[in-house]
Amino acid sequence: MDVPVSVKVPLAVKFWTRWCMKFLLCIIFALTYILPKTGIINPYIDMVLIYIGINIILTISLNLVNGYMGEFSVGHAGFMALGAYTASLLSVWVIPDSLNPYLFPFTVVIGGVIAGVFALIVAFPSFRTRGDYLAIVTLAFNMIIKSAIENIDGIGGPRGFMGMDKMTNLPWTFVWVCITIFLARNFIFSNLGRGVLSLREDETAAGLLSVNTRQVKVLTFVFSAFLAGIAGALYAHELQYIYPKGFTIAKSTDMLVMVYLGGIGSIGGSVMGAVVYTIVLEALRSILQFAGISQEWRQVFAPLMLIFLMIYRPKGIMGMREFPFLIPEAERFQKISLNPFSKKNRNRKKSEEVKS
Amino acid sequence: MNLMTISNLTHWFSGLRAVTDFNLSLKKGELVAIIGPNGAGKTTIFNLITGVYRPTSGQINFEGKELVGLPTNQIITSGIARTFQNIRLFKELSVLDNIRIAQYASVCYSPLEAIFHLPGFHKEEEKIRLRSMELLQIFDLEDQAYTISKNLPYGQQRRLEIARALATQPKLLLLDEPAAGMNPAEVEHLIELIQMIRKQFQLTILLIEHQMRVVMGIAERIKVVDFGQTIAEGTPIEIQKNPRVIEAYLGEEESK
Repeated sequence: MDVPVSVKVPLAVKFWTRWCMKFLLCIIFALTYILPKTGIINPYIDMVLIYIGINIILTISLNLVNGYMGEFSVGHAGFMALGAYTASLLSVWVIPDSLNPYLFPFTVVIGGVIAGVFALIVAFPSFRTRGDYLAIVTLAFNMIIKSAIENIDGIGGPRGFMGMDKMTNLPWTFVWVCITIFLARNFIFSNLGRGVLSLREDETAAGLLSVNTRQVKVLTFVFSAFLAGIAGALYAHELQYIYPKGFTIAKSTDMLVMVYLGGIGSIGGSVMGAVVYTIVLEALRSILQFAGISQEWRQVFAPLMLIFLMIYRPKGIMGMREFPFLIPEAERFQKISLNPFSKKNRNRKKSEEVKS
Repeated sequence: MNLMTISNLTHWFSGLRAVTDFNLSLKKGELVAIIGPNGAGKTTIFNLITGVYRPTSGQINFEGKELVGLPTNQIITSGIARTFQNIRLFKELSVLDNIRIAQYASVCYSPLEAIFHLPGFHKEEEKIRLRSMELLQIFDLEDQAYTISKNLPYGQQRRLEIARALATQPKLLLLDEPAAGMNPAEVEHLIELIQMIRKQFQLTILLIEHQMRVVMGIAERIKVVDFGQTIAEGTPIEIQKNPRVIEAYLGEEESK
């Protein structure tokens, strides 16, 4: 069979995709390092930016399960709590202070791994059936984790836990966000990711086309919890104080709003959802203060927004669409009519050969 | 040698006996059709074979391996593929993705290799893409590779479903009413297609069909079921003359 394998892509486009993104990322990384140091970004904005980063990781994490896979988890704050507490305990009790800055990535990853291990325990019983089951199990899980932490006096109980150094800064957050996006993207555009999508479309048909549905569900859930754990670890080292009330169902609701605001099944959407939601919520803080209304009303905002989103724009800003730069190269160009197998292109190639 | 032997397959839906003592042996390379009126339990038989339902009793032996009780995906990877009566494509995904999903089990990189984009990943992905494209070429769908599959015309959706089933690299293909909703010209095309893939992929085919044009045209052996029971078996010509079959389809003649 005469199958042309390589596709001719304009050199400029090739250069842009191969290097420009990396170049751009390096510049942004440098900026995240320089700007807070020189005082161009004040500490408040610095903090908001870090929260945006953490929320991006959380949103992508939840989007894997709720958006791409079409299941419904409402307990991701539980995994976040696990990551936060694990990492905090590690850096306060286990790792000596002098080593802490160097071992910070390690601490964060361990936080994620512990969250992943718990996800594995939750996943096995709850994925026996489909549908609302997972929502109920994760809801219960969220509550169990919160109550458990409240009742363990050694880690502060309801008073919370502190003593971590402020290790999460803007450059670190940026790096973790990039890593998260990279991993999540690779996950989605792989065999397993296609399995995830097929589950959302039609689970029975997926099983009948050799997809190991059980494996796909469990792995996706564990991966998602791992990312939530990482976000939790970063959160703990930003706030330097964590308490069980910070990881209730309200936190999970925040994540849900960000996922559905940004758009299900889209990494770019997750990023946008997290950015918009965090900024709106911060803006609301000063607006409420200015208007002299109690800050409690911010709590009303998230559920209200969730309801309106579900009614008026269930697909969110970017539902099921993706920015081209978040799609791997191999998947990208073929979409723009450069399909080498296309009859049109094959004929064109033949006629070119004849001419030469 | 028998490729698949089904013996005494029985299935109850709570109080309703959907399939009763169904027996079937398929030789390698055969094309057998199951016919019968609506609700006779034909699709249930397919669901039992592929593990969607677990039979109340009976054995299904495929190449010496017992299939009853295995999870669906393992049954599929052991070499059985099927299509659906009502088309069940992954509607929101592209044609290419539909084909690639069906190759899930044959991919040999680990999830870790995938999320870190290690070299093994790219090689394997390229292989899958090539294989999928070759398959699409056979089915004349290569120009539609990046179309969202719900946007395909009906006939092409049917073809894609068969292509997708073949992507799992089966030895036995179960076709559930492939000609449903097709016009006569499309049916002729389908008959050619089935004969072509049968030869090219060396398939054994088990077919459920209502359209007699298809059944009589290509089946070597026909099994007639009604109310879950086998009422006749034989070559197309034998079946056409069989009084019990005529009775099942046209109703009993009023006795005087």
